[in-house]
Amino acid sequence: MSNPIIEIKNLEKSFGELRILNKISINVLEGENFIVFGQSGTGKSVLLKCIVGLLEPDAGEINIYGKSVLNLSNQKLNEVRKSMGFLFQGAALYDSMSVRENLQFPLIRNYNFTKEELNQKTISTLSMVGLENAIDKMPSELSGGMRKRIGLARSIITEPKIMLYDEPTTGLDPITSKEISVLILELQKKLNMTAIVVTHDLLCAEIIADRAIVIDKGDIVQEGTIKELTSSDNKLLRNFFSHDIIKSCLFLVSC
Amino acid sequence: MKIPKIKYLRNSSFQDKLQFFFLTISGLTIFNIEFLKQLFTFPVEIEQIKKHMSELGVKTFSIVSIMGFILGFILALQSYPVLERFGATDFLPATVSISIIRELAPILTALIFAGRVSSGIGAEISSMRVSEQIDAMEVSAINPFKYLVVSRVFATSLILPILTIYVIMISLIGAFIAVIMTDNMSLIYFLNAVIASIAFGDFIPAILKTFVFGYIVGIVGSYKGYTADGGTEGVGRASTTAVVLASLLILIVDMVMVKITVWLWPSIG
Repeated sequence: MSNPIIEIKNLEKSFGELRILNKISINVLEGENFIVFGQSGTGKSVLLKCIVGLLEPDAGEINIYGKSVLNLSNQKLNEVRKSMGFLFQGAALYDSMSVRENLQFPLIRNYNFTKEELNQKTISTLSMVGLENAIDKMPSELSGGMRKRIGLARSIITEPKIMLYDEPTTGLDPITSKEISVLILELQKKLNMTAIVVTHDLLCAEIIADRAIVIDKGDIVQEGTIKELTSSDNKLLRNFFSHDIIKSCLFLVSC
Repeated sequence: MKIPKIKYLRNSSFQDKLQFFFLTISGLTIFNIEFLKQLFTFPVEIEQIKKHMSELGVKTFSIVSIMGFILGFILALQSYPVLERFGATDFLPATVSISIIRELAPILTALIFAGRVSSGIGAEISSMRVSEQIDAMEVSAINPFKYLVVSRVFATSLILPILTIYVIMISLIGAFIAVIMTDNMSLIYFLNAVIASIAFGDFIPAILKTFVFGYIVGIVGSYKGYTADGGTEGVGRASTTAVVLASLLILIVDMVMVKITVWLWPSIG
């Protein structure tokens, strides 16, 4: 963990009159799991979408591997995107494709693999997320947790160096949520990825985080380790984490 | 591609509706320009085009068959008493076939196709939009416009002329059945009369305009789907507004194209 892989400087984004991100600056180091905390509607997902080029910020700079990704041509932006994976909140699996087709889709479109190599890659990636048996299922046949795992498998099948997770545990029961968090950590170690994880799940953050920030109304309230954030005197942080701590404690007691 | 966002209001004023109208026009224009740009870039989505063509053909085959048969049947039944009054029942095959080929088959097939396909495309692409599947393609360095829109518009543009030719044939069968129910006209006489009455100016422009109708169905459905927002409500809205806009544009374009046809081939006027 040394070089900043993702550098964000004074990022601003508004929708009409509503200011979502207000001069956000962060550095994410190589191999680091960086958590972005915040209540719903504070701009966490917007931050991720700006990084990956789905949204255009109003001002600021985003550098990935030292290169500015804003104002890139589509072709050059796609080259950067090939080194990134993105797990969407609802997994965003392609409804009309089976699990196999979902996983193979980015490989077929962007790389030249043989059919055998594609199948091999698909099976090995599915085994990483423990769902080899779901290979020929359709997304509608999968549970919420399975969809997240398949979404994760589809994101890592291209072996990205950077992973962006948008609320990876939202809508899941505590046990599945813990399993997904552990899986994220394992994959990060196995594939040596740098990750930004947007969440408001403290348990998930405790498992995977190296460093975290808390965003409120578009501003960074505090930056530090999870321990530093949870023991902060800041009133907003105390309010934010007290609720999650109770939930985590109840879950740990039940385990 | 930056398409202007349209804000849907439940209780919209006249000014809102006017703004909505102009935003739709400008959005559709930008969408068309993007389509033309992407049309000439690689890769060509041959597999997707084939898949959509076969799907669209299967989807609309039964409905256009029924519509075509009834169209020919009713037209012959309605025309017969009028022609009989003037002792001109021999002209029935010519009257019916020219009406069907020049106008009724292309426009009615296009309208039914719009109702069935434009809404389907709108619903499919909009549900992909609201469930972030289009975003997922984009972040995987895949061009969603090329994959979803270009292939569909290409498929609708190619399949509608084929369906129209099929409807013309079915309508003529319907017309012949109606004729033999009221008159003892032979099939050979009917066919000879139909072939003798059709000229180049009847058939080619009618089929050519169905390429444009197919394009309208595909592009409007895709535009409405691609720009949808607002969750499941947005999906429903994309699907219904796609049908309305596509049907309206088909009628307007038909009016213009008939005028152009008459201007180019004055002999058919």
